[in-house]
Amino acid sequence: MSELFHRKLERSAIGFVIAIIAAASVGGIVEIAPLFTIDETVEEAPDMRVYTPLELAGRNIYVREGCYACHSQMIRTLRDEVERYGPYSLAVESQYDRPMLWGSKRTGPDLARIGGKYSDFWHVAHLNNPRDVVPESNMPAYRWLGRTPLKMDDLPKHLAAQQSLGVPYTDEMVENAARDAYGQATPDTDFASGVTERYGEETTVSAFDGVATQVTEMDALVAYLQVLGRLTDAAYRGTAASEQPSDPEG
Amino acid sequence: MLANLTSSERQYALILASAVALAGVAMAIMGRSDVLGVHGVIVMLFGGGIAWVVMTSFYGPEPTDDRTASYYDDPIKVGIVLSMVWAVFGMFMGVWVAAQLAWPNLAFDAAWSSFGRLRPTHTTGVIFGFGGNALIATSFHVVQRTSRARLAGQVSPWFVLLGFNLFCVLAVSGYLLGITQSKEYAEAEWYADLWLVIVWVTYFILYIATIARRKEPHIYVANWYFMAFILVVAILHIINNLALPISLGHAKSYTIWPGVQDAMVQWWYGHNAVAFFLTAGFLGMLYYYLPVRAQRPIFSYRLSILSFWGIVFFYMWAGSHHLHYTALPHWVQTLGMTFSVMLLVPSWASAGNALLTLNGAWHRVRDDATLRFMMAAAVFYGLSTFEGSFMAIRPVNSLSHYTDWTVGHVHAGALGWVALITFGSLYTLVPSLWKRERMYSATLVEVHFWLAIAGTLIYVFAMWNSGIIQGLMWRTYTEEGALAYSFVDSLVAMYPYYIARAFGGLLFLIGAVIGCYNIWMTVRATPLAATRADVPVQPAAVPGE
Repeated sequence: MSELFHRKLERSAIGFVIAIIAAASVGGIVEIAPLFTIDETVEEAPDMRVYTPLELAGRNIYVREGCYACHSQMIRTLRDEVERYGPYSLAVESQYDRPMLWGSKRTGPDLARIGGKYSDFWHVAHLNNPRDVVPESNMPAYRWLGRTPLKMDDLPKHLAAQQSLGVPYTDEMVENAARDAYGQATPDTDFASGVTERYGEETTVSAFDGVATQVTEMDALVAYLQVLGRLTDAAYRGTAASEQPSDPEG
Repeated sequence: MLANLTSSERQYALILASAVALAGVAMAIMGRSDVLGVHGVIVMLFGGGIAWVVMTSFYGPEPTDDRTASYYDDPIKVGIVLSMVWAVFGMFMGVWVAAQLAWPNLAFDAAWSSFGRLRPTHTTGVIFGFGGNALIATSFHVVQRTSRARLAGQVSPWFVLLGFNLFCVLAVSGYLLGITQSKEYAEAEWYADLWLVIVWVTYFILYIATIARRKEPHIYVANWYFMAFILVVAILHIINNLALPISLGHAKSYTIWPGVQDAMVQWWYGHNAVAFFLTAGFLGMLYYYLPVRAQRPIFSYRLSILSFWGIVFFYMWAGSHHLHYTALPHWVQTLGMTFSVMLLVPSWASAGNALLTLNGAWHRVRDDATLRFMMAAAVFYGLSTFEGSFMAIRPVNSLSHYTDWTVGHVHAGALGWVALITFGSLYTLVPSLWKRERMYSATLVEVHFWLAIAGTLIYVFAMWNSGIIQGLMWRTYTEEGALAYSFVDSLVAMYPYYIARAFGGLLFLIGAVIGCYNIWMTVRATPLAATRADVPVQPAAVPGE
């Protein structure tokens, strides 16, 4: 009987097309659609802040260089991962991430909670030549980041695009994006105070690459790496994994 | 190549190519302060180059009147050549990035040549460049022969083929320039994605229109798979790539999907790119070229139906197995795991159907390396789908995920299944398309076969070892209950396998280069076959159905 029906179906190109669409749609609809309506999908984290323009620029460099091909940003709910990297990742921690950078492969370690574990100086040395600090490393050297000035003039456009997608950037943040990016990497200038005003006292203002006169791509990338896992402390609250993260080298 | 087009069709082609070139100029002007400008120039040169080719033979003689009495094979021939060019490029990039993991200084301290930028040129080069061109070429061949009708367009097949290659060029050159969305296997930015939608819709319309012209009452199995491939890839591509560019003058865009939703959409896309690009499309190849080469009919029609609808329905649920133990809701992970395990049934139905088709033709498998390519492909298809279902089980995945085991699994499928079925199909197709007696050298096909098998096995065994060792080291505890190994310890243990993997990949690349030479010499220096009828059914010859 079913074969008889299928013989009929095979005679109609349009019928076949419609049948393929129908059969193929079900899985996606069932799995994706509810993720937008179910409240439990993403936890509450009222303390969570957005990326500063400098951190966002750093994130875009992370994307551009394909760092996600070797580094995950998703600590799974497994004992050894929590002990190696810190509390497991929550959905809310990537709520402003477009795209998400959970990754699929760890040629290098997970970076979801790398922020604050090493000094800025360590990161700069490591990015300039990983084998200077970790002799066994097979990570590429990124020397040119420190030589390349960061492009900041289009940052308001970046923030505006994120704002219209629903990331809670204020109009003031959008307007001052380029100034704030500059200020966050030049603590001695007048622009520095605007960053903490708009993004909170916890925001790190620092000459990330050690040079306070010029803002480079190295500044942006290090600023991003140093904020990973520190936009909210939701993962440290009320979970079994509330202890402090252990050293990733250990 | 233009001899088959009438003067009005040449005009049409010239207008299209010029429009592409103009779009390139517009992109170059609008994106002059951004890397988008570089892509504008590339688009302009691409469109301009094609316009120039069209103009050089613009006033050539009109085609003879009996165009519909023959199949339209010119775009297929170009597609095969492009496919082999991309194969060598993509596999070379693969060997290079593999070598970089063992010897990181092979990036030579430049931005464009660092691992993170080169890796997507490898994946895009082999999946879309090599695989995509092979699929377009073989689908044009199969749909005409099984429908016994000529392609339903004259310019549109060229538009599909060349437009698709423009997409590939934009994607690959973009990664080197630092233009990427970072969505795995969908890295190309918004304008390239929009362009691919136009190309793909044209492909779909062309395909359906050709099937509508068929002189056979039933649509042959291979075409079911090609239709599913074209249709579902369009759906996946559009939904996964919905994004907002920061301005029309910038290459950069932000996806509309945030965080966890983006992860789900990305792996729904990612896994079904495997399903509908790398499985359904190539099963279309298998269902035509394997029975043709073996000179045996497909073993079971019922198994074909079962496996086809099983694959179309089950695969779309399976993507979430890429997100076990993550912040994705547990029930979605469980659904993904369940359907991944069920997928084994239609997958093995296809693999079994292919191998049982060879019953009565095993002596040919022994003697004919081309048929052996396809037999080995079916075996690898069966093995890697079993492995895939196994790895999708949550506790297994806790070990395998994030390790080289995944990479090994992908290559068991990509080298063992996708590339082997493609080479087998091309070695069947090339002599018949260029009307040669046979391939230039059967010995070289044999050499290619053994290089490909050796390369695949070395690669996969290296990655099984490294992946499982890595996964176990990460979770090993000392007597005192502390983690036994640092991350760096696990990395140090990988180096021998990274070297072995690069060597396996190199063997596979050498095989592909030999294949290129063999195809080239078949076209250039192999005697013509005695003519046999390979033409569409003529209207007069069809009795009323």
